[in-house]
Amino acid sequence: MKPLALIGGLFIVGLSLHLPHTAKGSDPPPLPPLKWGADAEGGAPYVFKDPKDPAHNIGFEVDLAAALARELKREITFTQYDYVSLLPGLERRDFDFAMNGLEVTPDRTQRYRLSRPYYTYKLQLVTRKDDSRFASLDDCKAKRAVVGTLGDTAAQRLLDKQGIKNRIYDGQVEPYADLALGRIDAVLLDLPIAVYYAQPNPKLKFVGEPFAEGHYAIAFRKDQEALAQQVDAAIDRLAAQGELARIFEKWRIPSDIPVQWTLGACAKLLGEAAVTTIEISLASMLVAVALGLVLATMRLYGPAPLRWLAVGYIEFFRGIPVLLFLVFLYYGLPGISAQFGWPVSLEMGRMTAAILGFGLNYAAYEAEIYRAGISAVPHGQWEAAASLGMAPTITFRRIILPQAIRTILPPMTNDFVSLFKDTSVVSVIAVVELTKQYLILSKSSQMYLQVGVLTAIYYLAMSIPLSYLSQYLERKWSKGVR
Amino acid sequence: MPLPPTTHVEFRGLKKRFGNRLVLDGLDLSIDVGETVALIGPSGAGKSTLLRCLNGLTHFEAGEIRIGDELIQSNGNTSAKAVRQVRRDFGMVFQDFQLFPHLTALENITEAPRQVLRLSHNAARQRGVELLTRVGLGDRTDAYPGELSGGQKQRVAVARALAMQPRGLLCDEITSALDPELKGEVLAVLEDLKRDRMTLLVVTHEIGFARRAADRIVVLADGKVIESGLPEEVLDNPKHERTRQFLRQVMR
Ligand SMILES: Nc1ncnc2c1ncn2[C@@H]1O[C@H](COP(=O)(O)OP(=O)(O)OP(=O)(O)O)[C@@H](O)[C@H]1O
Ligand SMILES: [Mg+2]
Repeated sequence: MKPLALIGGLFIVGLSLHLPHTAKGSDPPPLPPLKWGADAEGGAPYVFKDPKDPAHNIGFEVDLAAALARELKREITFTQYDYVSLLPGLERRDFDFAMNGLEVTPDRTQRYRLSRPYYTYKLQLVTRKDDSRFASLDDCKAKRAVVGTLGDTAAQRLLDKQGIKNRIYDGQVEPYADLALGRIDAVLLDLPIAVYYAQPNPKLKFVGEPFAEGHYAIAFRKDQEALAQQVDAAIDRLAAQGELARIFEKWRIPSDIPVQWTLGACAKLLGEAAVTTIEISLASMLVAVALGLVLATMRLYGPAPLRWLAVGYIEFFRGIPVLLFLVFLYYGLPGISAQFGWPVSLEMGRMTAAILGFGLNYAAYEAEIYRAGISAVPHGQWEAAASLGMAPTITFRRIILPQAIRTILPPMTNDFVSLFKDTSVVSVIAVVELTKQYLILSKSSQMYLQVGVLTAIYYLAMSIPLSYLSQYLERKWSKGVR
Repeated sequence: MPLPPTTHVEFRGLKKRFGNRLVLDGLDLSIDVGETVALIGPSGAGKSTLLRCLNGLTHFEAGEIRIGDELIQSNGNTSAKAVRQVRRDFGMVFQDFQLFPHLTALENITEAPRQVLRLSHNAARQRGVELLTRVGLGDRTDAYPGELSGGQKQRVAVARALAMQPRGLLCDEITSALDPELKGEVLAVLEDLKRDRMTLLVVTHEIGFARRAADRIVVLADGKVIESGLPEEVLDNPKHERTRQFLRQVMR
């Protein structure tokens, strides 16, 4: 933990600091909305984008949330969150509860406060229609079938326990697609998923009855006992009124779900996501450019300790994946400040974390580009300026840097363009940018090609003007220079 | 001991080594105000090093250099003010021009007056245009160095040094990188400056120019002044064997 704490300390300066929340006296009467965390990517029939109006989510959990809101007399708002990060997100208080087909497991019961189960699921084995080799899970085992499933689910644990070879996917669409293509032999997943994704596919069939019952529950933090009790009571009431049954009735039938996406709707959502991508990229590049210049000058002209610091920084950030650093910034830092009892909270918003993560990381690359560019300016230029009485700082700013820029610009633009694409990894800290939105929309709409082309157009619309801008600046700044 | 007012620079016992190679070996030399001195000598004799010591671009191990009231001391013990003063007093022109490639001819000239002397934009421009005109480039103010010939570049470099209004100019083989037909235009500028009583310390292999323009020729070899005198004395009647040897080589 020591080195991490050290890194944490290093970045304190860069963070927007705020003191930890202190408990307020009495609650103000109107309660703030409850935030519900779930992943709408390929999430039918739980939570997914409405094919008719992709700005809205639909699904049985959306209906359940609405019913809960009525019962609790409190608004519930949706927070898009990557499924794999859902429980860490709950822990870092990005939302008040997670409801996304979370199965009740002993581990989870121990670590979180799980609500009363709201749905009883079973697992369904699915194979290809033209394949009669497997009539049950036992057949799969005996005939060494490869069975597709989702990671960290009851289905996967069951397959593991029985020693059946499985392939883990992280979306619900892909295992069935691979099965239809003959890449795997069967898929074992929760019945609601099978009903929505496998049943409509003429190449696939259900094998045997659903089995291995389990429950979905809503996850809270252990410190949310009061809220959890209210929700438990609400679920009880909804069950008693038959409201739960009505919701499940409505969603269990796949033909109820119209599949009719308009590209216009996708384009609008992708456009919004593209704005996020641009915001993150521009802001992090600004950080990277400024910090990179500081690092480069430290490394080139600083006294020994500063030089080592710069070298250490550069080597560190060039050596670790941005992904790791982002996750650390967003999920790790708050825990560290709490653990060491620092009087500041290191919590930051997702956008701040994304910008800082990429900015600090790319600064290392920019620093090296600047260093190379600055060193490439002949030493004689320094001497000529010195002989004219110009001080080193003026010389650097007025003579050296403007010349270095023409060597710096092309690789810097390259970095900038790849930054636009690299930002797609920020979905791990629950930011929905262009690539994440593409994944969500293409899976829900099944229009991979059309949505993909749209997404590509957005990316190109960002990168091509950038290359032209760079060419223009290069020409402008290298006037008369041969 | 203050310098007599007629003396511009005096080198006393200058010693400079690079590693264990002694490049200046207790060199003594005195140059008068307004004097044109041609510094000649074999390659590696220490001519460039001597000029760089005077301009504070390199340190030396022993001895001192006096320029008016200022003193350049050994081992970098010179005050920053003295170095600034000496650089004001002597402009420097390099063999490879070292113009600022991202600035136009005029901007090359106005940059230092504006940044160092804090001259206004207009005042600096006016001075710049005058100087460019003086070196025969009044019509190329907006050309970038990359668009100029070698001789034109070197004339801009001379104008750039003059813009700081020095009393003297240090020229290190400023025509060596030029084609023979371009050397003349640069040397003509130097002869023009000589008429203005500017102190010129010119490292050169142009024996013709030295004979024509220099008040005195100083021969440097092995880090020492081995001979010094009127051009006709040194060139036609060299006393030192090393001088004869050197002259045979360059005249050939
Ligand atoms: N930066 C340096 N590091 C090491 N040795 C150097 C350096 N600069 C010059 N020297 C050496 O010092 C000696 C004198 O060099 P200097 O450039 O003063 O000679 P020069 O008389 O100007 O010769 P040339 O006519 O070839 O220009 C040479 O032997 C050279 O190799
Ligand atoms: Mg030389």
